[in-house]
Amino acid sequence: MCGIVGLLLKKPPLRSQLGELMVPMLIGMTDRGPDSAGLAVFTEPLAEGERKISVYAGLTDEGTAYDWHRLVAALNDALNMSARATIQGNHAVITVVGEAAPVQAWLKAHNPKLHLLSAGRSIELYKDIGTPAQVAARYQFSQLTGSHLVGHTRMATESAVTPDRAHPFTAGEDFCLVHNGSLSNPNGIRRMLEPRGIQFDTDNDTEAACRFLEWRLREGDTLHAALQKGFEALDGFYTFLMGTPTELALIRDPFACKPAVVAETDDYVAIASEFRSLAHLPDVNHAKVFEPAPEEMYVWKV
Amino acid sequence: MEGLSLPSRLKGEALSAQHEGSPVRFDLSKTPLRELNQFLHGAPETLAGKDVLVTHPDGAHNIAVGCNAPVKVTIDGHAGYYAGGMNQLAEITIHGSASTGVAENMMSGRVHVKGFASNSAGATAHGGLLVIEGDAGLRCGISLKGGDIVVGGSVGSFSGFMAQAGRLVICGDAGHALGDSLYEAVIYVKGRIASLGADAQIEPLTEADVSALTELLKQAGLAHDPTSFKRVASSRSLYHWNADADQEY
Amino acid sequence: MSTDHPIHFKRLQKEASATFDHSTLDYIHRAAATGLYEIRGLGAKRKLPHFDDLVFLAASLSRYPLEGYRERCVTKTVLGTRFAKKPIELDIPITIAGMSFGALSANVKEALGRAATAMGTSTTTGDGGMTPEERNSSKTLVYQCLPSRYGFKPDDVRRADAIEVVIGQGAKPGGGGMLLGQKVNPRVAAMRTLPKGVDQRSASRHPDWTGPDDLAIKIQELREITDWQKPIYVKVGATRVFNDVKLAVHSGADVVVVDGMQGGTAATQTCFIEHAGIPTLAAVRQAVDALEDLDMKGTVQLIVSGGIRTGADVAKAIAMGADAVAIGQGTLMALGCNREMYFHDGQPVSAEADYAALGTQAGFCHHCHTGKCPVGVTTQDPVLEQRLQPDWGAKHLRNYLKTLTMELTTLARACGKQDVHHLEPEDLVALTVEAAAMARIPLAGTSWIPGWTDR
Repeated sequence: MCGIVGLLLKKPPLRSQLGELMVPMLIGMTDRGPDSAGLAVFTEPLAEGERKISVYAGLTDEGTAYDWHRLVAALNDALNMSARATIQGNHAVITVVGEAAPVQAWLKAHNPKLHLLSAGRSIELYKDIGTPAQVAARYQFSQLTGSHLVGHTRMATESAVTPDRAHPFTAGEDFCLVHNGSLSNPNGIRRMLEPRGIQFDTDNDTEAACRFLEWRLREGDTLHAALQKGFEALDGFYTFLMGTPTELALIRDPFACKPAVVAETDDYVAIASEFRSLAHLPDVNHAKVFEPAPEEMYVWKV
Repeated sequence: MEGLSLPSRLKGEALSAQHEGSPVRFDLSKTPLRELNQFLHGAPETLAGKDVLVTHPDGAHNIAVGCNAPVKVTIDGHAGYYAGGMNQLAEITIHGSASTGVAENMMSGRVHVKGFASNSAGATAHGGLLVIEGDAGLRCGISLKGGDIVVGGSVGSFSGFMAQAGRLVICGDAGHALGDSLYEAVIYVKGRIASLGADAQIEPLTEADVSALTELLKQAGLAHDPTSFKRVASSRSLYHWNADADQEY
Repeated sequence: MSTDHPIHFKRLQKEASATFDHSTLDYIHRAAATGLYEIRGLGAKRKLPHFDDLVFLAASLSRYPLEGYRERCVTKTVLGTRFAKKPIELDIPITIAGMSFGALSANVKEALGRAATAMGTSTTTGDGGMTPEERNSSKTLVYQCLPSRYGFKPDDVRRADAIEVVIGQGAKPGGGGMLLGQKVNPRVAAMRTLPKGVDQRSASRHPDWTGPDDLAIKIQELREITDWQKPIYVKVGATRVFNDVKLAVHSGADVVVVDGMQGGTAATQTCFIEHAGIPTLAAVRQAVDALEDLDMKGTVQLIVSGGIRTGADVAKAIAMGADAVAIGQGTLMALGCNREMYFHDGQPVSAEADYAALGTQAGFCHHCHTGKCPVGVTTQDPVLEQRLQPDWGAKHLRNYLKTLTMELTTLARACGKQDVHHLEPEDLVALTVEAAAMARIPLAGTSWIPGWTDR
């Protein structure tokens, strides 16, 4: 029902090629995920007091013609800020000096149809309906730079094909998750989390997993501990790939029915659901190629 | 996406290449998979004894599936899902890794993976020999129906699950639930077994087992002392449903 | 206390409980005695919303009927036009569902094949593989690829006319095949690579793929092996039908087969049969919605099964949007299942004693799992299987299929259709609120569809 890709460039000089190297990986997963695609890229972090927020306007009436400049002007006016935006059609990354929460609250109140994709100092997130090639072209993925990214192509299983149900999902700040598989108890998880103040955007099973981790991280668990609890709480089949500003993390459920393969060289670590997406990478014929074992957490640091 | 009959240009090239004693080449970065498989489904008389070289497989799925002739196929690189699937009579070698279901439902012949194999290697195979020099993933030999599998490395959990007949030889370690719901297939493990599955038990190695292991390891080209393996077979307590037996279902 | 009063209130002394009715009492007593779930054959026996709750609006002042017999009503049906070079061409939109050799005797498989060939339709293999009897007698044979892969062979893939990848069946969506030891005779055991007499355990998932993303690759494998000649069907037990049909289409299916909860089996746990899966009526609606949502109606064909019994059922399923139906249990009944007698040299012989020996009676029997079918249908017993002779069976089944076809065309003509595939949902109305809601067809005499329209 989905394809996953991940890429971490170990050597800083290579980071300007992140997007170029990744686009064929994403497109390689089109058969697994023809409905929609998305990715989260992690760049050099902004200064301590700054945040960037990725916003999607595809669900608003204006869509790709959304007037971002007017939005930013209104935001600056309302919250006494000097935010600026990098715009690509129905998507913008809004950078602010200050906390993300008040900005997110204002955006949601100002136009509930705006979909807030991510917030943090390092993360930028894009996702939309369309084939991976279409989405990559729409947001010029080939131009992306950064240290690492997490990407996904979707074939919807139980919830609808809409942009907000595409992956990655985010939790809190600077954390994202993509998922290949199908969880069998997402509704129970959601009902357990909502009274704890965790907000859900969709009925998507992956969001349930992401919010579960968000809750555990909020409660002070390390990612490792949170995932251990996930083994007990989350039922079903999954390969999860997660991103933080400094890491890529991968885990497979005990049945490991959903595929994953890793190729690692001195220059990069690349992850995909199928080797097909890794075949074009430089020097992959001399890479260490292996399959992650189930129930083990693999972490690669920047 | 339509099936194609082999274009005459390629046929001509193939035949003349054969005359020179060199293999018939298929470069999957240039030639559609459909042409390779269509060629391999040609009349057994024309294929017998031929060598076929597949280059730039780059993880493509379904390479050399449904072979039905004693042809030799070499895949130079990593193969995707179901490489050599439902093989009958052919000898297929993969110089790289193989993804899910390599040699699934093989009937006869041989598939040899130089690298590692992913999940469900040799699933439901009725005959033939599957050799994996590296590790194999989970469910190796699942539902085996008479084929032989020899793994030079270790295998993942649930290997030999519901294996009915045939032999699975593991030179490395085995994961959890080895041989769960085993019928009459026999599993030989040299290394550690993380845990045995329901109805699987370790039995003493007999002379017949040592003989079988000697032969299988020789065919696989792997040097191990046959007496260093453990024999895992079914305790046959799940053959008939019995409420009093506290059977695990 | 009651004996003190001169009048005895007999009915109060013997009051039946609707919750703990006789069946439930038996169930609990049995569970306490055996410690194991009950296993039986056939499909859901309880009353469910079904095609009987729909009726046709046939001819009227505005809709003119066709003359029976003289004015044509086409029943030709083509399945698998999406990708295959050789789609399946049938004379009638009624096919024979997958049933295994093992569950059924070889004689039955042959009878099914011959009747299907005579009527210009297809049969389907089941769990356990393809028998020569069936391949030789059935002109069009669909070959199932099931989680167990018992007897699954590429040579048979190559000589099949279509391949059906089975994800589940209506009787037990999520359960695998089941064959008790008494039916695992030497021939069955050899075909399935099992020890004789063993209680066959079931795999519920396919061994080498899970999920539609991997199914897409598996379907490609089958296409490559068959050089893209043969249609690939995907069969699901009716649960999340809307999603499943969409996913089957995305995975590359040429034909989708949806089997409702009334669908039968030769053996499975009763709790599965009665309490898992949705009624066929609801399943058809969802399946057609899914195809229309993807604009695939007409490109990917839909076969519906699960309690199709009569020509009226066939007509209604087609009117709701199915391209064809598949019948399993009905064909076995045509061969004598649950009949008081079997036939020997054309003469009826009572089977009542054999039903009684099983603790049941003709009309109530579901004992396929025992292998002691009194009429020789779901058995491997060499004596019992003689009670169904292929000649007799083929003739009777052909008659049944012919009757269904005649009823189908009668109803279609009455609705003014020159082709049964021109039947449409608007030709139907519902008799109950549940059926109206599930089938999305208005209640008769109104324009009300619960949940869809206001009145």
